[in-house]
Amino acid sequence: MEDLDNLNIETRLLLEAIFQKYGYDFRDYSWAAIKRRIRHRCRASGLSNISEMQHKILYQTDFFEKILLDLTINVTEMFRDPHFYRVLRQNVIRELKDEPFLKVWHAGCSTGEEAYSMAILLKEEGLYDKTQIYATDVNESVLQEAKEGIFPLQRMKLFTRNYLQAGGKESFSDYYTASYESAIVDKSLRNRIVFANHNLVTDGVFGEMHIIICRNVLIYFNKKLRNRVLGLFTDSLADKGFLCLGTKESILFSGYANRFTESFPVEKIYRKNEPVN
Amino acid sequence: MPVSKRYEAVVIGVSAGGMNALKVILSQLPAHFGMALVIVQHRSHQSDDFLAHYLDGFSPLSVKEVDELEYIQAGVAYIAPANYHLFIEEDKTFSFSLDGPVNYARPSIDVLFEAAADAFGPKLIGLVLTGANNDGSIGLCRIKEQGGLAIVQDPDTAEVSEMPRAALEMADVDHVLQLEEIADVLARLDKE
Repeated sequence: MEDLDNLNIETRLLLEAIFQKYGYDFRDYSWAAIKRRIRHRCRASGLSNISEMQHKILYQTDFFEKILLDLTINVTEMFRDPHFYRVLRQNVIRELKDEPFLKVWHAGCSTGEEAYSMAILLKEEGLYDKTQIYATDVNESVLQEAKEGIFPLQRMKLFTRNYLQAGGKESFSDYYTASYESAIVDKSLRNRIVFANHNLVTDGVFGEMHIIICRNVLIYFNKKLRNRVLGLFTDSLADKGFLCLGTKESILFSGYANRFTESFPVEKIYRKNEPVN
Repeated sequence: MPVSKRYEAVVIGVSAGGMNALKVILSQLPAHFGMALVIVQHRSHQSDDFLAHYLDGFSPLSVKEVDELEYIQAGVAYIAPANYHLFIEEDKTFSFSLDGPVNYARPSIDVLFEAAADAFGPKLIGLVLTGANNDGSIGLCRIKEQGGLAIVQDPDTAEVSEMPRAALEMADVDHVLQLEEIADVLARLDKE
């Protein structure tokens, strides 16, 4: 039987150790979920307690790399939540069509599927050539995958279905080349995306974005960290810029609710208000 | 162990056959029920909040789908949203995650039960109802470890018996009840 007090103490110490040794700061992540992940990895590694795991993390960098993948959730798909992309196309992107230049920040991009989805949307709406997409993540290994733009071929079935449900206009298979068991994203979708390392917990503002997409990232943060990140987004958006959050995320209970208008409540799309003079 | 102790919350895990089971329990609970109920019902990942609205129509309690960061309140029945794991934090707020499925399920009953056991300790009741897999068994053990109470629907009277049977095999269960008895027993435990 595990001792709950010890488990809590050891987990807090472990997160502190990871921060001091490797600079990744999970101390303000939602506690229950991170505790579960750590406990799970501890058991799966055959270790008898988290203190043992801490020793291993401090002395074996390759073991830490594995833990890092557990701690940063990297599930995503192209056109995930198709109705969101439908609204994004019909009501957000078209709203911005007269801008001379478009800047989009995809925060927490993971392996890049949603950034490529955005590229496809912009292309079909004729805005891609005047757009710059910044796709950022804290995890270097998923960023590397994102840059390569190679996905398992079997996933294309789901992505194609999502694409069609999202109001896709072309043949989805034109956007990738199949090679053995892989689908390689078309080069043209990559040339307006910059993949870069950015840590929402510690790094600063990106300037004058028209759209910020950060879906299903804030759910992993506690209130304090969420507030910090929403502040970062508020400062990074141009006036009347759009903030897109995940289906179960909201800006309503943060300190920034009054800076935004809820444009599409179900899709969690918010628009930054113009400053009041 | 004190003779009488006050429970603050009931976590309920239910899978196949759940619509009817939840309807029976929630419609029979008294209007002044003093515990919070938190429910994981396995369902399609594309489901909307129909289930909460539907059950709300049958219950004297308020039934709603969980919103993020929400504080758990007594007398409310919360339904886990489709496709997210549901956690309870130490400060009794809800949180979500998209970690991979557990027991092929998201939301998983084990995930909720284990987090709730840590948050509520001995003030928690775990209830496993009808269903066709073994989700909830490990979570029910954890609730018992932390001093909580375990109730399982009698497998012989459950619409699908596998899930309550698995829970009975694995956990040290306090009460095995027929569906129609459950609301009464919860109401009585509420008064302790």
